[in-house]
Amino acid sequence: MRYLPLTRADRQAMLSVIGVDHVDALFCDVPRQGWPQGPLDLPDHASEMAVEAALSAFAEGNLNAAQAPFFLGAGAYRHHLPATVSHLIQRSEFLTSYTPYQPEISQGTLQYLFEFQTQVAMITGMEVANASMYDGSTACSEAVLMARRITRRQKAILSGGLHPHYAAVVRTMTAFTDDEIVVAPAVVEGGEELAGLIDRETSCVVVQNPDFFGNPRDLTGLAEAAHAAGALLIVVVTEAVSLGALESPGSMGADIVVGEGQSIGNPMNFGGPYLGLFATRQRFLRQMPGRLCGETVDSQGRRGYVLTLSTREQHIRREKATSNICTNSGLCALAFTIHLALLGEEGFRALATLNHRRAVQLAERLAAVPGVAVLNPAFFNEFTVRLPAPAGPIVEVLAGREILAGVPLSRLYPGQAEFDNLLLVCASEMTGDDDIADLAEALEEIVK
Amino acid sequence: MTGGEAEFRTITGHRGLDHEEPLIFEQGAVGRSGVDFPPAPEVTERLGGVGRTRPIGLPGLSEPQVMRHFVRLSRKNYAIDSGMYPLGSCTMKHNPRLNEKMAALPGFADIHPLQPESTVQGALAVMEKLAGWLCTLAGMPSVALSPKAGAHGELCGMMAIRKAHEARGNPRSRVLVPESAHGTNPATAALCGYRVDTITAAADGRVDLAALREKMGPDVAAIMLTNPNTCGLFERDIVEIARMIHEAGAYFYCDGANFNAIVGKIRPGDLGIDAMHINLHKTFSTPHGGGGPGSGPVVFSAALAPFAPYPAVVCRDGRYCLVEGPESAGASADSFGRMVAFHGQMGMFVRALAYMMSHGGDGLRQVAEDAVLAANYLLASLKDVMTASFDGPCMHECLFDDRFLKDCGVDTLDFAKAMIDEGFHPMTMYFPLVVHGAMLFEPTESESRESLDELIAALRGLVAAARAGGSEHFSGAPRLTPRRRLDETRAARHPVLRWQAAEGD
Repeated sequence: MRYLPLTRADRQAMLSVIGVDHVDALFCDVPRQGWPQGPLDLPDHASEMAVEAALSAFAEGNLNAAQAPFFLGAGAYRHHLPATVSHLIQRSEFLTSYTPYQPEISQGTLQYLFEFQTQVAMITGMEVANASMYDGSTACSEAVLMARRITRRQKAILSGGLHPHYAAVVRTMTAFTDDEIVVAPAVVEGGEELAGLIDRETSCVVVQNPDFFGNPRDLTGLAEAAHAAGALLIVVVTEAVSLGALESPGSMGADIVVGEGQSIGNPMNFGGPYLGLFATRQRFLRQMPGRLCGETVDSQGRRGYVLTLSTREQHIRREKATSNICTNSGLCALAFTIHLALLGEEGFRALATLNHRRAVQLAERLAAVPGVAVLNPAFFNEFTVRLPAPAGPIVEVLAGREILAGVPLSRLYPGQAEFDNLLLVCASEMTGDDDIADLAEALEEIVK
Repeated sequence: MTGGEAEFRTITGHRGLDHEEPLIFEQGAVGRSGVDFPPAPEVTERLGGVGRTRPIGLPGLSEPQVMRHFVRLSRKNYAIDSGMYPLGSCTMKHNPRLNEKMAALPGFADIHPLQPESTVQGALAVMEKLAGWLCTLAGMPSVALSPKAGAHGELCGMMAIRKAHEARGNPRSRVLVPESAHGTNPATAALCGYRVDTITAAADGRVDLAALREKMGPDVAAIMLTNPNTCGLFERDIVEIARMIHEAGAYFYCDGANFNAIVGKIRPGDLGIDAMHINLHKTFSTPHGGGGPGSGPVVFSAALAPFAPYPAVVCRDGRYCLVEGPESAGASADSFGRMVAFHGQMGMFVRALAYMMSHGGDGLRQVAEDAVLAANYLLASLKDVMTASFDGPCMHECLFDDRFLKDCGVDTLDFAKAMIDEGFHPMTMYFPLVVHGAMLFEPTESESRESLDELIAALRGLVAAARAGGSEHFSGAPRLTPRRRLDETRAARHPVLRWQAAEGD
């Protein structure tokens, strides 16, 4: 077996140093009941060639985004990945290191985490950010729990425009703790009013921007209403690239900003691994979940970095910790940091502009398809269209023609008839004129 | 040993291959970028009046600058690819590059989680196949793949347990956790609304059965037990513990962080456990990536399977389907719900499956045997000079405490820092909490006998140096690293968590 260095002779020699005859003697504490009667029902070891062939066959069983005009978003986005990003995150020193518990030999990881925290704080318009969470949905539920700790209130109001999976995760995470979760009805065309739902029991209002249906919103008034009632405004961003084109949540009054960072530096990966972004105000620092990297000096007075404020965390505080999170998304955070470093101010804003304008082109073309209506007056890079028939079957037909047309909202709102004809479509810098034409022409044929 | 190279100063501050590297924010310039885009089409923007008006402040760097920056940073990291990393309870084993190559195939990396199921049959088949391997290795009938890491898996298992109790009308209030447990265990129980009750360890480093019996009661919802435990010992009374727990109507949660010791050899399901998370980033070699991402699937007994989260993959008439919520065909009405967007860590599933298929059932059994053999070899080769906390044999990791350093003026931290200068990543320090100045070594099956012997020789040499009165050698260590000891107190007292532009920038 190519991954195992010990030879038969090594094993024998090591057993004699230990003073036993057989390796099973080292398992003497395992009760008899635990020993399987025979070998497990699994294949034997296989060559690299054989495993590569088998897994490649599985990969070929999928229609990947490069093989088809592609219009899916809804919390996972396809953007161009610079070769530099893919190369650098494969470097052994980043890929095969552990959490930086020994800072003297982990300055590489620690410095990029410090850079990551700074970048996240900058693009969200917040004061501090942590070193990452699992993904946007879990970061969102952590933010709700954090708002409860800060306000000592147990009622969270979720916008109807919050990603349905995110709302589901919040409900799951609060199911056992007597929290009240109020979910506002969805307003697909934008213009949702939430301020009227806030009362003196409200810990937080959770609102996605742009919302799940694609509508960007001015949250300034909502922030004021929340603060007037002593509640916090949590802003969720599922498409991090939008932060290059839209006013930052921080500048609109957010108290906590959580996001999905996948779209910067990370492939879609069929849903994971992804990258949870988590940023807040300095005054809430000690209620934050997750790891934090901080600047300090070494014994020679040179600047260096360490993990810090760990008295919030499970390995110190145990059942009183702010979260149970341990492993986070370090390598995805590195990919994000490298990609955003490559983009810089100019590149990031150019990327966002290109995404938006491609989406405008897509919207204008789809609006010209008879029977198809674009519902959003405004959007960033995705928007909702109404088709003259249920979107699910149409998407299936288009998939049969190798067009990945978007996300039918029935997939995320099953059993709710008012969503049946709605399709969420997304464009990015990867969307070409041909792609737009292919989708529009195919729709013209199908829906006429 | 003091002084020497460490005091040598260069003009630039660089030290040969080890470059001082400023933050990206200190290198940027306006008008520079590392990415080119085609011109954006001329259209009327539709941003709804909330277009960005303020600058962000991101630095501008070209591609070669970014490349050099991150390559220089990478060289300041220790990694399993460059040296031995015997960090106890972390299972720092070799990360095969075949896994990386497979996960990067466009058929896995460049597919969207909400594509029509007809276009992702290969991905769903991988999930189903991985689930099959995990169930077979665990000896349990069901698995939830979606948890994102070990602690997330614990949450998954404990929420299923809570839901199962609620289905019987009483969630109960207490969860028993041994004092040697990882901090994630009590933190998880608290998140599920449970009070944590600590069970003390017996003198042999295992759960004290008498103490456990005293703590049992009708309000106990579960026990969370790591096995092999964090002292590197197999809980030899595990069958009796399971019997006691079940007799009280409670469930047995096993923390599977240490599954590498028994994979392919012992099946947890045969020992009476009800739920266990498996860290794919430990036992199944997916890379730790400087702190993640991980993946923590949870195997369930038949009693708990109906309470598992969405989503799940099922196969019907040769087609793979996702059960995404209560409305999906075949959904369990008892599920505790969804704990993450989408379907879990697909990138890690591919890597773990590549690893499993490479080893096969026979190779995985050899993994467990070699991992346990290596730890016992370390224990046997060091116990005459370092103080083993418990009598052997151990499982895949061996625990020492700091009694052997008594009167040397050297503590566990100093000893660890001196190991760094010798070219090793230190063992886990000060954990578990049940012994004084803990040193937990997990060599893994990836180390050759020669590299184990090198570690043994280095440790024996350090012990001799400590005994010979060389405390200064230890208190000043490490000396040969990009940074010497860092001031953690200062970092916590005056937190600086981001770069800020200087006044006037």
